[in-house]
Amino acid sequence: MGSWAPFLIFFLGGGLVAVTRGMLRTYIMLAIPIIGAANLYWLGNGVLLSLPLFDYTLEIVKVDRLSILFGYLFHLAAFISIIYSLHVRDNMQAVSAILYAGSALGAVFAGDMITLFVFWELLALTSVFLILARRTKQSFDSSMRYLIIQVGSGVILLAGVIIRAYDTGSIAFDQIGLDVFDYTSAKGLASWLIFIAFGIKCGFPFVHNWLTDSYPAATPTGTVFLSAFTTKVAVYALARSFPGTELLVYIGAVMTMFPIYYAVIENDLRRVLSYSMINQIGFMVVGIGIGTSLSINGAVSHAFNDVIFKGLLFMAMGAVLMRTGTAKGSDLGGLYKSMPWTMRFCLVGAASISAFPLFSGFVSKSMIMSAAIEEGYPIVWLALLFASAGVLEHAGIKIPYFAFFAHDSGKRPKEAPLNMLVAMGIAAAVCIFIGVYPWVLYSMLPFPVEYAPYTLPHVLTQMQLLLFASLAVVTLMLLKVYPPELPSVNIDAEWIYRKALPAIAAWFVSLGARFRSGALARGQRWLERTFNQIYRHHGPQGIFARTWPTGSAAFWTTIMLAGYLLFYFSGSIQKLFVGF
Amino acid sequence: MDTQEKQYFLDNPRNVKRLLYAFYTVCALSVGAEFFVKRYVEHPWEALPGFYPIYGFFSIIILVMLSLVLRKLVMRKETYYDG
Repeated sequence: MGSWAPFLIFFLGGGLVAVTRGMLRTYIMLAIPIIGAANLYWLGNGVLLSLPLFDYTLEIVKVDRLSILFGYLFHLAAFISIIYSLHVRDNMQAVSAILYAGSALGAVFAGDMITLFVFWELLALTSVFLILARRTKQSFDSSMRYLIIQVGSGVILLAGVIIRAYDTGSIAFDQIGLDVFDYTSAKGLASWLIFIAFGIKCGFPFVHNWLTDSYPAATPTGTVFLSAFTTKVAVYALARSFPGTELLVYIGAVMTMFPIYYAVIENDLRRVLSYSMINQIGFMVVGIGIGTSLSINGAVSHAFNDVIFKGLLFMAMGAVLMRTGTAKGSDLGGLYKSMPWTMRFCLVGAASISAFPLFSGFVSKSMIMSAAIEEGYPIVWLALLFASAGVLEHAGIKIPYFAFFAHDSGKRPKEAPLNMLVAMGIAAAVCIFIGVYPWVLYSMLPFPVEYAPYTLPHVLTQMQLLLFASLAVVTLMLLKVYPPELPSVNIDAEWIYRKALPAIAAWFVSLGARFRSGALARGQRWLERTFNQIYRHHGPQGIFARTWPTGSAAFWTTIMLAGYLLFYFSGSIQKLFVGF
Repeated sequence: MDTQEKQYFLDNPRNVKRLLYAFYTVCALSVGAEFFVKRYVEHPWEALPGFYPIYGFFSIIILVMLSLVLRKLVMRKETYYDG
């Protein structure tokens, strides 16, 4: 038995899901990640599928310890998210979610930058439907902004890849590292373009708002898929190409710090989780920037854990949104009375992200913190400690408190549907399992692990930090200084493209309108006359153009080219579908 | 206990009080435990007695106070981007 390219199982499965209905579709959806995981188990190491392209060789599937770990993670995330969304009767969402997961797999098993680019763009194109599927004007606008930024990131990536191929002759998706940018010769430009492209998808400061804009706008189930893949592919790409880049340490530290302030005052609880996500990615980025085996292990394992516990929190808030029609803290409260299981699972997610001992966040985040101090970044370490307290505040306390407790909103929605509870239950079980038996995850990490998370002093100091941070929240609430949840939006960097740029554009349009009536109209008349003249002589009926339109010729050329390509690649394509 | 309307655990203010007292006790115990656990120190500040509780507590106070300032600066009506 051969094995297949991991993304292919999802792409073919997505096609099957598109044409089936009812129970059959449910079985196919569940089977996709299971078959995929079995396929992953049998996958060998190294470059398994390559394709010649002019002077280069595309490595479509390349397997090593780092990519296989993300491969398993994405299968697990897809499996949980699929169960969570089984009740949804919307084929558009189901198909796009599965193709989206497949694109993420394609990206992590890409061995070269061109293959990466293709899946990088597919990630954007397949996932945008999860936002559109909400079918509101707000989600439509949001999805268009999402698409422009995501595709833009891909275009920047492609520019970087082309320049790099020209400079170095290499398209390998491997260690790149930031070169010093030289203004006179544009040397080092390629590495910066690739770095920025990764950074946009990763949610670097100032380019982070696509995340806080679109994730709260997507459907309850769509956000769960979204939260698992795009940013983690970016973290993976950074870990592969820019480990040990010191700039990342500082970028990451900023990412852990600024979102926690926004998270305190944000009313939409799914947006709180989006800010929280940037904060958690910040920890991973710091770990990648430090670049030791301990810190890379920490970053990768934290990415693994974050997908599960952040997914769990998004699932809990998705269930609340589905049952009550809102995820706004100002409209919620007291839901523990009628949604007790959702509340319990949410608390497991909250404890995991806050890094309580015996929960998953504890065993991964601490590796990054230890590495920060060992490698001589005491200020960054203090910042991460501060941010850890901040995580507890917004994700550990605020999310469950305002949704399920706080003042009773009087809402008594039904408990979440069974499939949602099962999905949340699996995610919660994974969070606790990894927290209690971290060695299972540790054994899969890129480097051997010598780190022991459960020492008495470590457990004690972490508990002290978390308990007294909670005490501060309780104190502020009892003193009534704690900011209440208010219906509002908070201005962030997105203000530049959502307010300022449109205003400038509108000004130019009005300026143009003033001219149009005058000089412009005269110019237009002149242009029209000129074009009419040209058309009379050079147009299809004109004396200079007694040939057939080029349309049909172009069509036949395309057919010939496609045929040639098929013939040229037939060996590789056969391999793709028959297995290797 | 069960009259017409179901009384939930947290509906009773006395239960909330009890939970809070239990929480304060655990906080106090965690500080007390510091004297019995031999701490290894990776950074000199960690050696200060009560470093973690104090740092955790004041992180949140500073965080929330600065957030209140931030709210003054950036908070707008919900329809801000619609018009």
